[in-house]
Amino acid sequence: MRILGIESSSMVASAAIVEDGITMAEYTANFKKTHSQTLLPMIDAMVSLLGIELSSLDAIAVSGGPGSFTGLRIGSATAKGLGLALNKPLIHVPTLDATAYNLFGASGLICPIMDARRNQVYTGIYRFEEEFQTVMPQDAMDMGQLIDRLNSMGERVIFLGDGVPVFEALIRERMTVPFAFAPANSSRQRAASVAALGARYFAEGKTETAAEHEPDYLRKSQAEREREEREKAAGYAESRGQNGTGE
Amino acid sequence: MKIHKTDEDVYILAIESSCDETAAAVVKNGREVLSNVISSQIALHTLYGGVVPEIASRKHIEKINQVVQAALDDAGMKLSEITAVAVTYGPGLVGALLVGVAEAKAIAYAAGKPLVGVHHIEGHVSANFIEHPDLEPPFVCLIVSGGHTHLVIVKDYGTFEIIGRTMDDAAGEAFDKVARAVGLGYPGGPKIDKAAKEGNPHAMEFPRAKVGGSAYDFSFSGMKSAVLNYINQAEMKGEAICVPDLAASFQNAVVEVLVSRAVAAAKEYGYEKLAIAGGVASNSALRAGMKEACEKAGLKFYYPSPIFCTDNAAMIGAAAYYEYINGARAGWDLNAVPNLKLGER
Repeated sequence: MRILGIESSSMVASAAIVEDGITMAEYTANFKKTHSQTLLPMIDAMVSLLGIELSSLDAIAVSGGPGSFTGLRIGSATAKGLGLALNKPLIHVPTLDATAYNLFGASGLICPIMDARRNQVYTGIYRFEEEFQTVMPQDAMDMGQLIDRLNSMGERVIFLGDGVPVFEALIRERMTVPFAFAPANSSRQRAASVAALGARYFAEGKTETAAEHEPDYLRKSQAEREREEREKAAGYAESRGQNGTGE
Repeated sequence: MKIHKTDEDVYILAIESSCDETAAAVVKNGREVLSNVISSQIALHTLYGGVVPEIASRKHIEKINQVVQAALDDAGMKLSEITAVAVTYGPGLVGALLVGVAEAKAIAYAAGKPLVGVHHIEGHVSANFIEHPDLEPPFVCLIVSGGHTHLVIVKDYGTFEIIGRTMDDAAGEAFDKVARAVGLGYPGGPKIDKAAKEGNPHAMEFPRAKVGGSAYDFSFSGMKSAVLNYINQAEMKGEAICVPDLAASFQNAVVEVLVSRAVAAAKEYGYEKLAIAGGVASNSALRAGMKEACEKAGLKFYYPSPIFCTDNAAMIGAAAYYEYINGARAGWDLNAVPNLKLGER
């Protein structure tokens, strides 16, 4: 089974080819160039190096979000284009699940955090106990709330992700349970983790067509949020008016 | 540009996602449209009174594969039969452009096809080639849309000299703003055009602004402000506004400026052919005004059908053909360039 993994949810651009439990090639850059400039050349470099045919891929696993909206779409469109041209299925791998998978076998809780701005993080809580388990599915939440929740769980936590440098001071100040930060080899998103977890989903039949795939942003666009708030406010005013309960 | 015609037919699969239309097309030899699929988001953006970039980008990713597949199916072609893949890489909304660029690159790469990056405005100009087999450069072209107002000399395929541009609002943008102000809604161009049909184009006089610099530059913000002032004053006086008269008078002012400068440019630079392109090229008053002025001036006038005026991928396929036979190829690192200048590579 040969899976191409694509990861572009954050500053990291990463692509990997994973085959039967082995990472045949992985190319990761944490650099300012846009994913549009880096991702496909990375895939091309690996394919040339390995001398494989793209048609030999069984599926394309893509880090499906959350993360940078534009970054996610570059990875998604790349995967969709490859899937369309090769007529291969896609595997949608939740970004934080894949990031936690970097630390397979670790004891205690694994907590990837991605900076989501406005003092929020995209996060999830995971553990390995015989199997890879999701303790709290990925979501956007306030960093302070996340720390409270982790403290209440009373277990050692390993943090990773690009939220670490942003919230390190807060973590050191407020965490009451033991914690650690993942080292450089596993501290950020990796396409090999996307492909490895993707391979498990593939074996379970959890695939989608290239046409079906779209990122899971976890957040509506700002324009949609503002419109909903306006409508909610208008609806509230209207219902107050109709019911005669206005003051 | 030297054109190296080959004996073999060239089939371009073209993708366009620079604004709020997700589009794909298959074009044969730059002139024959085998399919032209457009998934429009207008209804969605109408809720916000204009295009919301993040929503546009999200819709592109939802629809892009279906649109590309439909373009291939409508043309009755398999990807393997396509000669090259083309994509708009600028100018436009960066997030929107990136969806088409990433998709096109991945398709070309996986299918082993060459990739051609196309300038959106060059696409609009090339829309004229689709229905006019006799049209060849050189000619003067006026490109008018919601985002662009350019007067260019098309010296050869892919070679342009810009002789005039808007100094502020694009013509289509002025239509949108005026339409919003009188409650006609979005998109403003077609709504103003429709309302104007019932109105008197000489009911109100709005200023035809002259700007410094080139005699062929445009300014629409003054005209737009004059219309908005007129509306404000009427409201303050409690007078009702005759929307059809206002629409017709505003449209007449815009058309007069566009027509007079385009025709003057063709005459001064000594070209016999004048073409229009872009979304506003669908405007019935602009078409009629241009036709009349060109006849008077002894110019041959070219304009695309409305379906090729709006953003579409067939025009990108037409432009890409001439780029392709001239040897233009994009790399797998092709990026979206939101402010790409015409004539830049």
